[in-house]
Amino acid sequence: MRIRVENLCKRFGSFAAVDDVSFEVEDGSLVALLGPSGSGKSTLLRILAGLESADSGKVWFDDESATDLHARMRGVGFVFQHYALFRHLTVAQNIGFGLDVRGVSKAAIRKKVNELLSLTGLTGLDQRFPSQLSGGQRQRVALARALAPEPKLLLLDEPFGAVDAKVREELRQWIRRLHDEVGVTSIFVTHDQEEAFAVSDRVIVVHRGRIEQNGTPMEILDNPESEFVARFVGEVNVFPATVRGQTAHSGALEARLRDSAPSGLAHLVIRSYDLKLWREDPGVATVQRVVTFGDRVRVQALVDGAGPIIAQFPRRSSLLKNIEPGCRVQIEVTTARAYPAEASSLYPLAATAT
Amino acid sequence: MKPAAYALAPTAGERLLRNAVVVYIWLLVAVPLVALVRVGLADGLQSLTHALSSPVARAALWLTLWTSTLVALLNAVLGTASAWVLVRYKLPGRALVSALIDLPLAIPTLVAGMMIAVLYGPLTLVGHALELWGMPIMFARPGIVLALLFVTLPFVIRAVEPVLMEIDPAEEEAARILGAGPLRTFQTVFLPAIGPAALSAAIRSLGRALGEFGSIVIVAGNIPLRTLTAPVYIFGEIESGTPRAAAAVCVLLLVLALALHGLASFIERRIGARHA
Amino acid sequence: MLERASGAVAARAASSERASSAEAQPTHLRWAHLQPIGRAALVGLVCLYLGAILIGPLAALGVELAHVGIPAALHALAQPDAISALKMSIELTAISVVVNTVVGTLGALAIVRQRFFGRAVVNALADLPLAISPVMIGLAFVLLLGRDGWLSPLIDRIGLKVVFSFPGLVIATLFVALPYTLREVVYVLEEIGTNEEEAAATLGASAWQIFWRVTLPNIRFGLGYGVLMALARSLGEFGAVLVLGGSISGQTQTATTFIHDAIEERQTAGAYGMAVVLALSSVLLLLGLEWAKRHKKVR
Repeated sequence: MRIRVENLCKRFGSFAAVDDVSFEVEDGSLVALLGPSGSGKSTLLRILAGLESADSGKVWFDDESATDLHARMRGVGFVFQHYALFRHLTVAQNIGFGLDVRGVSKAAIRKKVNELLSLTGLTGLDQRFPSQLSGGQRQRVALARALAPEPKLLLLDEPFGAVDAKVREELRQWIRRLHDEVGVTSIFVTHDQEEAFAVSDRVIVVHRGRIEQNGTPMEILDNPESEFVARFVGEVNVFPATVRGQTAHSGALEARLRDSAPSGLAHLVIRSYDLKLWREDPGVATVQRVVTFGDRVRVQALVDGAGPIIAQFPRRSSLLKNIEPGCRVQIEVTTARAYPAEASSLYPLAATAT
Repeated sequence: MKPAAYALAPTAGERLLRNAVVVYIWLLVAVPLVALVRVGLADGLQSLTHALSSPVARAALWLTLWTSTLVALLNAVLGTASAWVLVRYKLPGRALVSALIDLPLAIPTLVAGMMIAVLYGPLTLVGHALELWGMPIMFARPGIVLALLFVTLPFVIRAVEPVLMEIDPAEEEAARILGAGPLRTFQTVFLPAIGPAALSAAIRSLGRALGEFGSIVIVAGNIPLRTLTAPVYIFGEIESGTPRAAAAVCVLLLVLALALHGLASFIERRIGARHA
Repeated sequence: MLERASGAVAARAASSERASSAEAQPTHLRWAHLQPIGRAALVGLVCLYLGAILIGPLAALGVELAHVGIPAALHALAQPDAISALKMSIELTAISVVVNTVVGTLGALAIVRQRFFGRAVVNALADLPLAISPVMIGLAFVLLLGRDGWLSPLIDRIGLKVVFSFPGLVIATLFVALPYTLREVVYVLEEIGTNEEEAAATLGASAWQIFWRVTLPNIRFGLGYGVLMALARSLGEFGAVLVLGGSISGQTQTATTFIHDAIEERQTAGAYGMAVVLALSSVLLLLGLEWAKRHKKVR
């Protein structure tokens, strides 16, 4: 099913949770709504499910208006953050609930439940109660329950939020495979960029109730349209800078910009892997720390007149030769973007590179 | 509190049922109390001064006030101590005693009064001994205190127990390791947590004691100026056909009860607890 | 609040450490030898308290019944007055439990899940019967519905007699038992939240189906606890039914007012017999309450 959302607004008191949001989702795709907590992404998802009403705006399911449709009638599967399994029902009864309330025959329910149990790898657990399951198993039951009535749209609210890191990684791959198998249009909410990029076909970045950018994972990584997206996605360095034409200056640092920016004061955003750095005296910076983890090395250095900067390299990189704390280095910025300082005054520089 | 979700927004039928229940509660609770206040204050504040001009009424109110206050204080101390022992010391028979704590909530207060009367009446060893010591219980003020202690027994214990169980043992250990003695540990670790719970429960027990009737009728009787409490005085006035005179005293007790109820609810909301 | 407390503990404990390190011995060592004594004293005090207030009186009632004699008590209970009083109490309790179960559930659902004008007031009103003396309740209804009462013209016109008759007893019992189911269900509803109900809605369940298949099963133990409390309170109510009913033997006498009258008339056997019947039913109720309490905890 194709989803179209037009000019959706939702306020809670004076707080605009969703502020004039429009987007489209292709049939059969898996889309991530990515944003920090409180950005309005969950509210957006709840409006799509009919759990919350929009103050204004329209929702279309395949050219049919769903704006005023009751949640019951939408045919949308919803997976809650904390699963919301019916605690007094068994796994099988949970999965069959959506069919049972529609009056489907017992035999048909049993058939569908068994199908979903094997699809979700829960065979043999059908008589357990939710309290007897692990977090990952509950998540699978919640998903099977949502899929049982064969929804045209599947919505997942922070589906990996409440399980531990290892299970999360498994579930992530599993959900992607499951989506490709079932083929139902799916939208999930997450605050974890890695998760969004690993699983989805498209990522919609949400901030303060507005859409900052809507694109494929590659587009968002390579071409962030706003300072928020540039800073939210990946590990970045941010410096106050002066822009002239295609070049930005911050202290001793000079960077060629990917796209030209208006001249004047700006915030210069550089990804940690978009720099080269090699030993050279006098250079522009002093190395402070070199940390290795896995196959990556992070170098932290202090740029003269600009401040700390973080660079990442593959461990075997020849650039790393002789780099040690205290030595002077030269820095070359391979890709950088600058955003006008006035517009970005919302994002204080203090909370920069992590 | 989160507003109810849109998908669960009440249907017309649900709104109708809600209105019916709301009207029912108003009719059942608010209307009679308004009638009581209207009659009690028929002549304004003069009704109150008139009602209090009777020495019997004044003595009854005073007796009710001081016995109830004493009971609330005893409850705060002994109830907290009981909860402490029940939660922290693994004594034999603990489960049974713990279950029995709720008995005063389940037993008719009249029967509670009889139980006190049987144990402390002049015919038993206990009652006889106490009488020889010059402290008769039956038809005397100590009996009132005992009866009130029985009917309010669960209040503080049941409020303090869950709070005690929730305190992280690491906090106590930290205080001990840092060199605090048992009293100091109690003061710094336990008192801030159980204090408000015990206080609100003691206030509730005070409110409950102010209105107690059934057990006191049995234990203390209705000797004017000696064992006649305010609720029993009110009942006597109704019996003798002057309910309007009783209404003024009622209004006084009602205002006090509502104030205590409000205060206890306020404290409970602050600490996120609920009452027994 | 705990976090705040623990912060305070750390700070205060730290300062106490500084103070005590100057002394020869830390406080906990100085007091260590007194601890077992203190503990024993506390246990003794609590045993004495619970023994004197709770367990002693309970045991005494049992001993006294043996003293009066079970046959005598049973004989007294077989008298028509006693039987009709007991029947009256059971009827009143049944009515009160049924009405309060429905009102409590619907009222709690309205208060927790709906937003309407005067919600807080209704919530407070439903709690009031806990705070008010039964005698006051009785008087309030007498002044409202009795002779020269506020609503007496209306009641006379209908030809209904409330005071000193069955309807009065019903009203008094409904009033005193109102808060129990309602409050328990409010508490459980707030605890379980709305996610399961929302999930049911997205799965296609109607409001009716959501209530019977999701909400009711989730509140059943809390509701059960409240119902048992309401039952105990209805069965044991004395002051309000005495004032409103007048305890007319064979007509408006209940089990509790029967005991009251029996004591006045020095009919000890009847009084103890009835008291033991009520005490035994409260012990049964207590077992039920313990059971419900164990199950009603969410998760």
